[in-house]
Amino acid sequence: MALDEIKIGGLGASRRRVEDNRFIRGKGNYVDDVVLPGMLHMEILRSPLAHAKIKSIDTSAAYAIPGVRMVMTGEMMAARNLAWMPTLSYDTQAVLATDKVRFQGQEVACVIADDPYIAKDGCEAIVVDYEPLPPIVNPTQAMAADAPLIRDDKIGQDNNVIFDWAVGDREGTDRAFAEADLVSEISMHYPRSHPSPIESCGSIADYDRSTSKLTVYMTTQAPHIIRAAVSLVAEIPEHMIRIISPDLGGGFGNKVPVYPGYVMSILASILLEAPVKWIEDKSGNLISTGFGRDVYLKGQLAVRNDGKILAVRMHTDSDHGAFFADAQPSKFKIGLMHSAFACYDIPSAHLTARGVYTNKSPGGVAYRCSFRVTEAMFFQERMVQAAADDLGMDQAEFRRVNLVKDDDFPKRTPFGFLTDSGQYEKCLQIGLDAIGYDDFKKQKEEAKARGRLLGIGISTMTEPLGAGNSREYDILGIKMFDSAELRVHMTGKAILRTGAKTQGQGHETTWAQIVAHELGIPAEDIVVEEGDTDTAPFGMGTYASRSTPVAGAAVSMVSRKIRAKARKIAAHLLEVSDEDIEWELGRFYVRGAHDRGVTIQDCAMAAYSNVPDGMEPGLENNAYYDPPNLTWPFACYIATVEVDPETGVWDVLRLVAVDDCGVRINPMIVEGQIMGGLTEAYAMANMQFITFDEDGNCVGSNYMDYLLPTAWETPGFELHEVVTPCPHHPIGAKGIGECATVGGPAAFVNAVIDALKGTGVRNIDMPLLPDRVYEALQTGNDISGHPPVKTD
Amino acid sequence: MYPSRFNYEAPTSVEAAIALLTEGNGEAKVLAGGQSLIPMMKLRFASPATLIDINNIPGLDSHGADADGTYRIGALVRHADLEKSTTLPDHLPLIASAAHLVADPIVRTRGTFVGSVCHADPQGDWASCMVALGGSIVAQGPSGKRSVEVKDFVAGPFQTVLAHNEIAIHAAIPPATGTRAGGYLKLERRVGDFATAGVALALDMAGSTVNNAGIGLTGVGAQTINAHEAAAALVGSSLEADAVENAARLAAEAANPRSDHRGSADYKRHIIATFVKRLAANVQRAEAQVA
Amino acid sequence: MSNEPKRRWPDMTLFEEVAPSGAPSDIPTTRVELRVNGETRAAQIEPRLLLAHLIRNGFKLTGTHTGCDTTNCGACTVLYDGQPVKSCTMFAVQANGHDVTTVEGLASSEQLHPIQEGFKDEHGLQCGFCTPGMMLSAVALLNENLNPTEDEVRWALSGNLCRCTGYQNIVKAVLWAAEKMRGDA
Repeated sequence: MALDEIKIGGLGASRRRVEDNRFIRGKGNYVDDVVLPGMLHMEILRSPLAHAKIKSIDTSAAYAIPGVRMVMTGEMMAARNLAWMPTLSYDTQAVLATDKVRFQGQEVACVIADDPYIAKDGCEAIVVDYEPLPPIVNPTQAMAADAPLIRDDKIGQDNNVIFDWAVGDREGTDRAFAEADLVSEISMHYPRSHPSPIESCGSIADYDRSTSKLTVYMTTQAPHIIRAAVSLVAEIPEHMIRIISPDLGGGFGNKVPVYPGYVMSILASILLEAPVKWIEDKSGNLISTGFGRDVYLKGQLAVRNDGKILAVRMHTDSDHGAFFADAQPSKFKIGLMHSAFACYDIPSAHLTARGVYTNKSPGGVAYRCSFRVTEAMFFQERMVQAAADDLGMDQAEFRRVNLVKDDDFPKRTPFGFLTDSGQYEKCLQIGLDAIGYDDFKKQKEEAKARGRLLGIGISTMTEPLGAGNSREYDILGIKMFDSAELRVHMTGKAILRTGAKTQGQGHETTWAQIVAHELGIPAEDIVVEEGDTDTAPFGMGTYASRSTPVAGAAVSMVSRKIRAKARKIAAHLLEVSDEDIEWELGRFYVRGAHDRGVTIQDCAMAAYSNVPDGMEPGLENNAYYDPPNLTWPFACYIATVEVDPETGVWDVLRLVAVDDCGVRINPMIVEGQIMGGLTEAYAMANMQFITFDEDGNCVGSNYMDYLLPTAWETPGFELHEVVTPCPHHPIGAKGIGECATVGGPAAFVNAVIDALKGTGVRNIDMPLLPDRVYEALQTGNDISGHPPVKTD
Repeated sequence: MYPSRFNYEAPTSVEAAIALLTEGNGEAKVLAGGQSLIPMMKLRFASPATLIDINNIPGLDSHGADADGTYRIGALVRHADLEKSTTLPDHLPLIASAAHLVADPIVRTRGTFVGSVCHADPQGDWASCMVALGGSIVAQGPSGKRSVEVKDFVAGPFQTVLAHNEIAIHAAIPPATGTRAGGYLKLERRVGDFATAGVALALDMAGSTVNNAGIGLTGVGAQTINAHEAAAALVGSSLEADAVENAARLAAEAANPRSDHRGSADYKRHIIATFVKRLAANVQRAEAQVA
Repeated sequence: MSNEPKRRWPDMTLFEEVAPSGAPSDIPTTRVELRVNGETRAAQIEPRLLLAHLIRNGFKLTGTHTGCDTTNCGACTVLYDGQPVKSCTMFAVQANGHDVTTVEGLASSEQLHPIQEGFKDEHGLQCGFCTPGMMLSAVALLNENLNPTEDEVRWALSGNLCRCTGYQNIVKAVLWAAEKMRGDA
């Protein structure tokens, strides 16, 4: 009898999570929970200035403190060729500053001591003599003719421009614009935001001289990439490095790059012959580690009077901070920005992108962004909103005119991606029905007559997940496949390891569900491990929502390899030939004799005790999966808001989410991902950002200034589901982790702008703080809040 | 994250605490709730040589009305005590309405009302309420007790007139001269945020006429602002539109905000005026319900 | 009540390493004794040691986490004499003679606390880092009010930040636990 897939925890089961068992008991094993014998503690001294020459560093007072073991400076690291390290974008980044500091919060020295309190005492005792230089806090300043040169360390770098990049069809786009009935133009800034998982970054480096092996416990979403990077930077052979990423308290892309603190802890361990623990405080995390966004857009849509979009033109200026350290596929300088407008049927498009250095922390690609797809889709839906309004057309209708139709697939997007599946209109309609679109529009008009401002905002998008195929995608030349290794024990229990690294997405629960689906082994009989480079097969890690599309596919493929071998064993046990074997969940049986069968557990036992002649014993395999294409989930988010015209404060009335992420492995977990992403979307739209004053001081480098919403502010979410399976993924899944963060912000912003309709305001930059909304209402002008923030 | 070293004392009487403060000669600080002081110490913005923990001193943790109607709040009364009190709203509706807006629910179990006033943060909520109520801090030193009105008690940002060896032992709010009304409104972007701007309005009503008024402003100056002209404009009125409008304008003029990432100075002044009007409207609505 | 012996730290009681003679002058330390999860524990500590660090590094109860440096995130929340307190914003010396409950004290050896069951059943956690503090704040609420509204739950938890869940399932978890506790009461 075939097993009940839901009962054994297969696909579609809202299986309760395995990892919860330890988390709810406080028995998680995060990096700061790990204690090694003889462990020392490291604290980092950071620059208070955004741009300054270092004239001298005096560490003598630090060394005088009992308990301080060592103080490291850039000079010490330079003597070992470690003051600079390569970034994931073919640039270099300072590990410890040598000649000058290039952003407020940059690492200047570190102290290793018996405990972190003493290490902090040591940092406070170091005297640094700085000579301030003028700071650059936005691209306009960076590109000015007389701008100071930030990267004077780079030979051949004579300005602050990192790259100029373009993609698309310039001629076709220009022609379309010339023929358009209307050109809708809008400019905006997607401000700097920070992933800020509650757990900051950290590492424990343990170099054992007797074995020449370096073990590093590290908060990393990509342990194998780190192993390769550490090998390169520290010049230790790859097989003598073990990276262990244990439980992670969130990641959201913040824990992908190689941070100076990791490198410092490694060198300190080598020099001191003791384990060295570095746990970053929240201020250090916010001011120096991988942020997301900080892109300026000038966008134009060429439209016809009937609402058809003829062409898209985008120019972006991106602010990368002092070092180009984006973690993204190497071919694409501005990530997958050109995935914008993928859900619309538009003949031509052209994107130009410029990236610049500024005196701010390095980064840009992080924070649940799917490689800058957050920017792409935000810009897209803001441009769509503006164009519909400029044309005087209803927002839903304008989208309907332009959305790709179900039978148009496979479809080339305006910038050349290939989308393969979706039911876009159905999702939109479900959303409109759920929010009560026509009723709300009436309510809005009635409320306006009484001086109340209501608004409704729509955001629809399809986004590229699962980077990516080896023809197009690599990071530093390494292809972006992923892997799974499955070993079935003699009693039919199993252990699965993958090259992914969960940070709360529930892989220990969901990967077992895929195996259960393919093999009929109950999910609870499968243990899942990730994160230890000594045991896990090579993978590029978990970010950009790539795990279900790529590692999940590998899990499916390795399970099928196991099933293929088990089938042969079954034939042997049932004494029939291969061709006479049929499969149902958990069981092989003889065709025409359903009662004559063996379970997968019988096959497992036989693999160790009774294999056919010529077959290797054992039942294990691995799979490395090179995805044939990206996957394309679709989402429609609709928000309704009310704006208080007297204060500019706005409240969310309702948020409806319709997500089509293909087959859902664990519906409960999928919904959890969506709600988490919508909360981040709300946060960015409402209160959360990092900005700078004109001296380059970072505003938003602690939780008093960098605002995460609490349970009180965060709205409730109404979730709806459509399932359009991915045609090329082994189980039809598309991935979901970042969709709501990508598509959500525009729903909120569009709603507030809609509430201000008639005032002439077309844009307010995120976050739509009360004072910005109020000022827009008063003046009728757009509000751009890019740094520097105005202060008295 | 890691404070500097300090000596720690935990006296069990006010006199012992004063003796320790005297010995400390300006390098000792009182630790009550610690929810403002300890964060500053962790960032090393404050590094006192000695901490004098007063949490073990009995008799400081109650609040209530004296026989003459003075309302007394002891030095160890926590924000949460005020938030959860069932009797406080009858005595001090302003304090009751502000209590749940201070910091967040967890901080409120430790942080103290008096400690917050002594911290003198221009973005502190309680100092504004005290200014509006004409409250005083009663301090005790080697030579005995003295009472200082809060409007004179706060000397600048994070500065009070307390001598280095004086401890604030309780707050005292003078008896009402009528029926108390009022409330507190604060613009914060989320729970636990510092105020963008806040207004404390305290009224004593005789029927529908205001016979005494006080207005304190949060977050719009180098220290808590006593908008006394604005308050005076309400006295004798029945909260008519033009009286309230006038008071709102005067309150906005009394404010002296900075432009920063929470908003421009003009915006903050506008919020002050708006909140004065809303608080007055709330009082009228409450009156209408009672009537 | 289980009969298994309680684990002690360190493993050997026969010796403890101390500072060698002639070492730089002693840093003043003080002795504290407090009840942690119902068990009396004592330590010799510096006054500046934060309560969170005594719990984590002293007593090896690592379920209490530190997530910020400005008393905002609440990952360090413990119950102090039954009230929720951010243990990163108290000095350990202050806890002398007091009661502390950490996440490790919620379950008995056989039985999870309903709040723990609720969090698992309603998917109220993802990365798990904010979870101990979040559950303890919820327990403090339920100890006072076994029938909270959704608003009351959200208000009570507004001192605990979560980045993963969006709070909606956390609220469901608390209401689940409330219902169970009402049923058992």
